[in-house]
Amino acid sequence: MKKLSLIVLVLLIGFSVYSQDDEKRGRRLPSIDLRNANGEPFNTAEISNDGKPIILSFWALWCKPCIKELNAISDEYIDWQEETGVKLIAVSVDDARSTSKVKPFADGNDWDYEILLDVNGDFKRAMNVNMIPHTFILDGDGNVVWQHTSYSEGGELQIIENVRKIIAGQELDAH
Amino acid sequence: MKNLIPVLITGLTLIFSGAQAQNFVNNGKVTGSFQFDGQYYMEDDKLGITDSTLDGKLFRMNGFGNIIYTNGNFRAGFRYEAYLPPIAGYNAKYEGHGIPYYFAEYQFKNIQITVGNFYEQFGNGLVLRSYEEWTLGYDNSIRGARVKIQPYKGIALKGLIGTQRYYWEPYANGNRGIVKGIDAEFYLNDMFNGMADAKTKIILGGSFVSNYEKVKDKTLVRDTVIYKYVLPSNVAAYAGRLQLIYGGFQFNGEYAYKINNPSAMNNYIYKNGESLLATLSYSRKGLGISLSGKRIDNMSYKSRSSELGEALDINYLPPLTNPQFYSLATIYPYATQPNGEIGIQAKVNYTIPKRSKLGGKYGTRIELNYSNIFNIDKQPVAEGIPVDSTGTLGYKSDFFAIGQPKYFESFDVLLNKKFNSKFKMILSYVYQAYNIDVIEGHTGEPMVYANIAIADLTYKFTPTKSLRMEVQHLFTEQDRGDWAMALLEFNIAPKWFFTVFDEYNYGNPDKDMQLHYYSAAMAFVQGTSRIALSYGRQREGLLCVGGVCRAVPAANGVTLTISSSF
Repeated sequence: MKKLSLIVLVLLIGFSVYSQDDEKRGRRLPSIDLRNANGEPFNTAEISNDGKPIILSFWALWCKPCIKELNAISDEYIDWQEETGVKLIAVSVDDARSTSKVKPFADGNDWDYEILLDVNGDFKRAMNVNMIPHTFILDGDGNVVWQHTSYSEGGELQIIENVRKIIAGQELDAH
Repeated sequence: MKNLIPVLITGLTLIFSGAQAQNFVNNGKVTGSFQFDGQYYMEDDKLGITDSTLDGKLFRMNGFGNIIYTNGNFRAGFRYEAYLPPIAGYNAKYEGHGIPYYFAEYQFKNIQITVGNFYEQFGNGLVLRSYEEWTLGYDNSIRGARVKIQPYKGIALKGLIGTQRYYWEPYANGNRGIVKGIDAEFYLNDMFNGMADAKTKIILGGSFVSNYEKVKDKTLVRDTVIYKYVLPSNVAAYAGRLQLIYGGFQFNGEYAYKINNPSAMNNYIYKNGESLLATLSYSRKGLGISLSGKRIDNMSYKSRSSELGEALDINYLPPLTNPQFYSLATIYPYATQPNGEIGIQAKVNYTIPKRSKLGGKYGTRIELNYSNIFNIDKQPVAEGIPVDSTGTLGYKSDFFAIGQPKYFESFDVLLNKKFNSKFKMILSYVYQAYNIDVIEGHTGEPMVYANIAIADLTYKFTPTKSLRMEVQHLFTEQDRGDWAMALLEFNIAPKWFFTVFDEYNYGNPDKDMQLHYYSAAMAFVQGTSRIALSYGRQREGLLCVGGVCRAVPAANGVTLTISSSF
């Protein structure tokens, strides 16, 4: 058992060092089968925004800060889109309890986001999302270039700031 | 033996990397995450916590590390977990550490093969769902093999076989069942060219699951007579589902059936089980309505018939209640009753438009929810035989009849308003009727009727500095009486959080238990890394995520959480 823990520890450290370098180059999204807001099959490989950045936000109906974040962005979203062309994809990790209530909830809150349903957490696991809200930014080529977890009032400013930097080709915040 | 497979995977990965080092480095990506939850417990006279109730285990921790390697169509990964010992409220069987989860997956065109552990859900999960929820200490992953095939556009087939995780206990012949399942889904509009542009979209699906368990026959003594019961080794369940989409309307329905499955959960009755879940919804921008109905009849389905705890569930029965996130509204959470329940839920979300008289500059968001859940109708199978008697068919039940008692009822309303760039407000009222006797097993205690009022105010000093205040009050004549709660949170987005709060059970009929459950916490976030430290008293209760609950004991102490992903 001790040996096993040692192997794991070495691998963890090795991989995290390795990933430092990896992160700079960005990485592609894994190909995972999900559902769109209507419950139709959708694969994450289909995610695109005509060469413009994408914000990927993991949320759920039971997550208060997630809903606060998406409401706050919703108030600014038209301006964000006009300025940068960015698209927000809100990935719900709700299970069968709420799957069919996600679209009515998003519509009822007047959100203009594209909604995806990650009904059994496959995408969440593949993206290493421990806690929600967890937000990723993808550059125009679909590489994950920035990510952040948790939300507090005003946190959305950092997101749009980084989207602007991607468009301007500038260095992003170190998270 | 149990360590052999991870070692093999590591070995193979190393060999693979040696042979194709160039590919491994250039094309492969490694991602991962980890979390550490540590708690240091203190004695608390008022809560009755002493060194001996803590079993001398003053410091406890849960932790995991998750690594995924991806290279083109190949993915592999593992999760290391440690519970040394598990923090209060987690099952003591978790004590220990190791690698409970590892997998390798390959996608070849339209075929995907997974070996090792996997999570899967058929339809709504009524006959099969394996998943994990770290916060709850829940993990029923299946270890075995799974194949997914898309033989033709619009058709998705899945097949799997394996055994489920039971804490750290390795699978051995007969100590739990072997689960097999197939699922097929047909998206008609994709399958038939003629339907591609149809306004109505139709998705049909069906699943079949079987559990094989080597069970010994059971003997029971009743009225000095010894009865021998023959338990089935194979228990099958199947389900069919239909989804219709028409403009803003959606219908999602699933019916599941399970053949007789006498188990510790249903007191060893031989009745077949069934379940129906249906939701009809309509939405357009600014308005969303959903209506759901559910009936569950003897649908506990575990891969070990003698298991009474929360482990080894093959299926998932979602509760039809609104998820609550304000703390006093979580004191009485509903948990699905697998042996029988019938209920409805109605939910409306509406946004009063921007720049209207009522909506104001930013619009006003409103949410309404109503849920009502009862026992199913249960009549004796024959005169003189009580309902749910072991070895009988249990009971007769009229499908549409509502039984007694009531299990849960709630009505929630929530108003969410932004006044200007500095000030936001959420007001909420929640009514709950909670059958504490059935849901928490407090035998003989009366139904709890609670009314909860909540105000959540946020004021921004600068675009990133804000103060949030929550005030909540719970009124009830039953159980532990009235509660008041206040919270202050100062945030410097996106990095710093400082919170103090107090829940005060001033209405507790037991004067000695009129306690303050105070807490202070701070958190620092850098990208995906979060460090949170808190100190305070933790109220006894149920912690629920996504409808599954875990009992959390009262505690007093310091909690440290470190979480990161890359």
